[in-house]
Amino acid sequence: MINYDKILNPTVKDIKPSGIRKYFDIVEEMDNVISLGVGEPDFATPWHICSAGVHSLENGHTKYTSNRGRKELREELARFMERKYRLTYDPMEEILVTVGGSEAIDAAIRALVQPGDEVLIVEPSFVCYEPITRLAGGIPVSLKTRAEDNFKLTPEALKEKITDKTKLLIFPFPCNPTGAVMRREDLEGIAAVLRDTNVMVLSDEVYAELTFGDRKHVSIAELEGMKERTVIAGGFSKTYSMTGWRLGYACGPAPVLLQITKIHQFAIMCAPTTSQYAAIEALKNGDEDIKKMRNEYDLRRRFIVDRFREIGMDCFEPEGAFYAFPSIKKFGMSSDEFCKQLLMAERVALIPGSAFGESGEGHVRASYCYSIEHLKEAAQRVQNFVSKL
Amino acid sequence: MSTDKKILSLLSDNAKYTNEDIARMLGVKKEEVDSRIADLEGQGIIRKYTTLVDWSRFDDAYVSALIELRVTPQPSDGFESIARKVMKYDEVETVYLMSGGYDLCAIVTGHTFQEVAMFVAKELAPMKEVISTATHFVLKRYKELNVDLCGNISDDREKMSF
Repeated sequence: MINYDKILNPTVKDIKPSGIRKYFDIVEEMDNVISLGVGEPDFATPWHICSAGVHSLENGHTKYTSNRGRKELREELARFMERKYRLTYDPMEEILVTVGGSEAIDAAIRALVQPGDEVLIVEPSFVCYEPITRLAGGIPVSLKTRAEDNFKLTPEALKEKITDKTKLLIFPFPCNPTGAVMRREDLEGIAAVLRDTNVMVLSDEVYAELTFGDRKHVSIAELEGMKERTVIAGGFSKTYSMTGWRLGYACGPAPVLLQITKIHQFAIMCAPTTSQYAAIEALKNGDEDIKKMRNEYDLRRRFIVDRFREIGMDCFEPEGAFYAFPSIKKFGMSSDEFCKQLLMAERVALIPGSAFGESGEGHVRASYCYSIEHLKEAAQRVQNFVSKL
Repeated sequence: MSTDKKILSLLSDNAKYTNEDIARMLGVKKEEVDSRIADLEGQGIIRKYTTLVDWSRFDDAYVSALIELRVTPQPSDGFESIARKVMKYDEVETVYLMSGGYDLCAIVTGHTFQEVAMFVAKELAPMKEVISTATHFVLKRYKELNVDLCGNISDDREKMSF
């Protein structure tokens, strides 16, 4: 008998399967659950984008593309980055098409982090950064953000954690789960701390186009001196409601991208060809789709935040992504306990803030990728629950 | 987009939104939504709150047909008086003046093909201004008012994901 326990990589084994999975499984099995737990858009991919994918199949484009992704797609991505953020990337050397933003994040971390390197991770945040850092032998160091600071990273908090071993800052804004954004003036202070260091930034901007209000998303790479030390991970999933197409990209300095591309080349070969054709259409003719979906999310965002506040939950104003992150501190229980009790009592599924890092404790994540009727019913049930506490 | 236009677009998508819902979504006071909707109703911009029913899923006979009417325009008012005459019938759900090969389009509903056909034969075709009619029965409604009537309503996402 093989003793798997002995042969499996201990670093991998030590990655938490995350207790939250059990809770997710309970929700999946339960009937009549109203979930606000989904981290993906409810809109179908706009038809003209799907149609471009279908046409590519009809025309027999079923082969591998170049490792970096189709040239036309990289050129369109370069135009997109220029048009949206006034960032100039060379499609030949500074852009890589990946399997979702996730792959860009994974390959960027692996290309940069050596055993013993410290990786600063803004928290609470998406769940993948820490395990990937550990797999690369890096040491995750969390940078806790706080509701008092609108969940923004402050220059002071950053400065405090930088050491000689710091290799990389993972910078996820707009932020899942908090909905926090970093405006230009917030970024100035961060850039000032980083400019004289050798710390690289992995800017996870998959939610960039879901920034609400009159001001658009600003990438940290736009700030003076920052482009040369930043790798941007982006994706089509949230921007164009294309989660299942599994397509994203990395943009950054050529020497870094060269190494990221090697990892991609050996691990993945190339991103799905059909998806690449669809993505070209998205970039060429999808700006209106982004706007339409953003407007729709914005209505829902105001609706759910207003309802949470009315119920008596302190809810920070999320300015990006599609999540609200209300506080549950006043109810005197952990976010885990709150979510479990809420699920059992009213059959509403939220995600405990602690699933996104220790600093998420005291909050719960509510996705608003749902119709208003759905949000309304969920909010009513949360109200029923909270009113009895 | 003006607030009025936003309200109209929300209500045309879902007439069941309450004024309170709309106020929340737009980030304005409920009183403002009340008064704007009252104005829009008063001005006849909002004509009716209605429901899109997929009658084919309901256990009752329902037939609709699109009737092309070629008519002789009248010297005084062109197509106006004829259109108004056609729209008087309860059987006629919709009347449009059209460009192209015919003049008026009427959508007529009834319980059976026979009933609709007989209505056209007895009431519309004999009108002295009507030169000819052509009846096109609706066999299947795929999409109406932006709603897909073929698919089942389902959310195929996982219930939970990060």
